[in-house]
Amino acid sequence: MHEWALAESIIVAALEAVDKEKLKNIKEININIGELQQIEQDIFDFALHEIVKSQNSLFKEVIFNIKTEESILECKNCKHIWRFSDMKKKLGEDESEAIHFIPEVVLVHMRCPNCGSPDFKISKGRGVTITSIKGER
Amino acid sequence: MDTRISVIDKRLQNINRIIAVASGKGGVGKSLVASFLSILLTEQGKKVGLLDLDLYGPSSHIILGAKPSQFPEEDKGIIPPKIHNISFMSIVYFSEDKPSPFRGQDITNIIIELLAITQWGPLDYLIIDMPPGIGEEILDTIHYIKRAEFLVVSTPSKVALGAVGKLTSILQEMNLPLLGILENMAMTSTTSIEDNVKKMGIPYIGAIKYDSKLETALGDVQALSNTEAFKDFITAMISLDIN
Repeated sequence: MHEWALAESIIVAALEAVDKEKLKNIKEININIGELQQIEQDIFDFALHEIVKSQNSLFKEVIFNIKTEESILECKNCKHIWRFSDMKKKLGEDESEAIHFIPEVVLVHMRCPNCGSPDFKISKGRGVTITSIKGER
Repeated sequence: MDTRISVIDKRLQNINRIIAVASGKGGVGKSLVASFLSILLTEQGKKVGLLDLDLYGPSSHIILGAKPSQFPEEDKGIIPPKIHNISFMSIVYFSEDKPSPFRGQDITNIIIELLAITQWGPLDYLIIDMPPGIGEEILDTIHYIKRAEFLVVSTPSKVALGAVGKLTSILQEMNLPLLGILENMAMTSTTSIEDNVKKMGIPYIGAIKYDSKLETALGDVQALSNTEAFKDFITAMISLDIN
């Protein structure tokens, strides 16, 4: 479960914010996850809560709000725009799993559904980001 | 804030030294040198990791004879499979070795993801097989792997050395640790490349002579260890503080 590794990145980044903003505690962390990551939300949420248990009282009352950002792909050849979710069912199990590990390999395993070109880009919906943190100084 | 970047230092914290094998020019033997270095250090009893960051043309797995037919195991991240006792991570586990048409932003995201989720564990050395040039991969490696030392590879060609000189200029301008230039596929016994490297103010590590039998040894670590090229490599490495 590499969700753990990504959850750990959230806590490490939050601790950086604690240092930078001189926070006494963290009440809320708003997280944005690209759909391409295909995160198992239950595992991710479990990992977040397990990791903060090993921290001190900084995260005692924290609430994690996790939002999945839809992944949009755009063909550079014919300008066709499509949703990853529309094409996901056409991927093989291994291809889908590979994208789960390294989202950009969607460019290896998928083609434009309109013209068949391999030259398309990920317009949105990848990566793991903290959009905001709420805490007390 | 991309949180994956925040966890990279933690992933690399138990690695003693990180050596990036780079060149300004393609086809000079970076992957071979990165593989040789990994094999040599492993034979010396060191714990070694090898990260292939040549995302367009990964080839370390071919040299080592690895056949990435399944995904790496997961345990709070992904665990690099051991290939001849070398912890080996590459895009090929996920690309099935298909053509990979990545753009700059994709390259950066792949490097961040690989560095964020790979659990190397304690290592004496992490060797990075870099792609040619001074593009995203080199700049991202410098940016995200702050402790990387650079071992630069060139062939005896003036054309190769010209491109290599551009890479070393950038590395020197950024005050990055440059171990030196290793000459690969040396065809004659002249010292023209050594002289030029020294004029550039860069340590000349040594030369691996052209070895016509090397091609047949690719994919077989035992056979590679017995090549004249590997013996030349060991001799060249004596001048470096890598042991």
